[in-house]
Amino acid sequence: MQNDEIIKTINRLLIEEIEIDEEQINPAAELKNDLGIDSLDFVDLFVIIENNFGLKMKAEEMAEVKTLQDFYNYIIQRVNPN
Amino acid sequence: MDHRVVITGMGIYSVIGKNLEEVKDSLYHGRSGIIFDPLRKKMGFRSALTGMVERPLLKGVLDRRLRVGLPAQGEYAYKATLEALKNAGIDQSFLDKHEVGILYGNDSSAVPVVESVDILRNKKDTMMIGSGYIFQSMNSTVSMNLSVIFKLRGINFTVSGACASGSHALGIGYLMIRQGLQNMIICGGAQEINPESTASFDALNAFSIRESEPTKASRPFDRDRDGLVPSGGAATVILESYDSAIKRGATIYGEIVGYGFSSNGEHISLPNVDGPVRAMEMSVRQAGIKHDKIDYINAHATSTPAGDSNEAKAIYLLFGKSRPLVTSTKSMTGHEMWMGGASEIIYSVIMMNNSFVAPNINFENPDESTECLNIASNTTAANIDIFLSNSFGFGGTNSSLIVKKFNR
Repeated sequence: MQNDEIIKTINRLLIEEIEIDEEQINPAAELKNDLGIDSLDFVDLFVIIENNFGLKMKAEEMAEVKTLQDFYNYIIQRVNPN
Repeated sequence: MDHRVVITGMGIYSVIGKNLEEVKDSLYHGRSGIIFDPLRKKMGFRSALTGMVERPLLKGVLDRRLRVGLPAQGEYAYKATLEALKNAGIDQSFLDKHEVGILYGNDSSAVPVVESVDILRNKKDTMMIGSGYIFQSMNSTVSMNLSVIFKLRGINFTVSGACASGSHALGIGYLMIRQGLQNMIICGGAQEINPESTASFDALNAFSIRESEPTKASRPFDRDRDGLVPSGGAATVILESYDSAIKRGATIYGEIVGYGFSSNGEHISLPNVDGPVRAMEMSVRQAGIKHDKIDYINAHATSTPAGDSNEAKAIYLLFGKSRPLVTSTKSMTGHEMWMGGASEIIYSVIMMNNSFVAPNINFENPDESTECLNIASNTTAANIDIFLSNSFGFGGTNSSLIVKKFNR
């Protein structure tokens, strides 16, 4: 999957599955403070990401993922390691 | 000092109506909510009869986070509570300013447990289960979720007492308000409707197998009754102290004047006569009235051969002289189980405030144990000042509530 396609898919999943408002999707947005994604939502994101990317996210690795851009990078690095 | 306890709000999501108006109409016309469910037959049920409700659409009504941990019966309870709060004249700002509690009856939540374990068995990874199932799976799911949705800050727990759950929830709410511990409590009962939760009940051969005539299968007190029909939904009854209700100019729909309870101390599923007699007697004593003041009894009677007989005997022992009107609304709704104790209070209050008794449909012939009762098999005009409502459950748990018409 190309990087921009990964980003598009992540955005679609956040809007459709986590029900984030489309207007709030912005790479600089903070997941917790701006998008309101709390610890329980992260649990659901793990399931959604595994189902859509075949990638197992780990709770311990989330500490450094603060913004949406951080999240895009986290997924891209693991789906397209090169 | 004992506080008087009144009913200031009611809401219902039932197989005979999605709101009070629809339910009143169904009660008056003796309409049944029982169907034949082909899926159950396919799955291997002995009886495919069940009550049925439509699942509410809450996307766009409730935020995702508030929906994710809410199972189907929680959705029914949310709808019922919305209606109850509306007719109680209570909005969110009232709930924000006052400590309001919740005591809801519920005794199972099968589907979320089955689904989450299926995911585990399939994926061999609990990280694939998601955040909602744990909250959906617990018996306290309804009170847990509603207290978060409505931001309640008073008493908060679920009452589990099998088929007496809803009744006991109202009874305990009544006691708390009477004691002055809380001014207002959202009480009620919720019951899931699905094959997963009733399969092991069907295993007892306890359901009616009159599958060719679903609306005639639930026939409490009738000579040809052959078992109960499972059903469900949710019912909310808002209990409030009389002083609080008067202070805010609330409409009062009735007053709870007695709560009696007992345990049979015998068989886990077969009822007896002594337990129900003691529960009813206690409620009458608490109400401080004579037996002949009870105008109408909403019986527990589920359409089982033994259960209906024993309740008939118990009723006759206490009320044989005064012969109040007796019906079981389960003839129309089926056995609403954990919801029943709360919904049957609503059905009876509707009757009381509209001066009629809904028919015990399908009562065509009595048997030797039920012929002594004054059973209304047709819609009957009646002046009900005081009614008694029974709910009995597995393990021999019994609950009897007495409600009086409110006159200013």
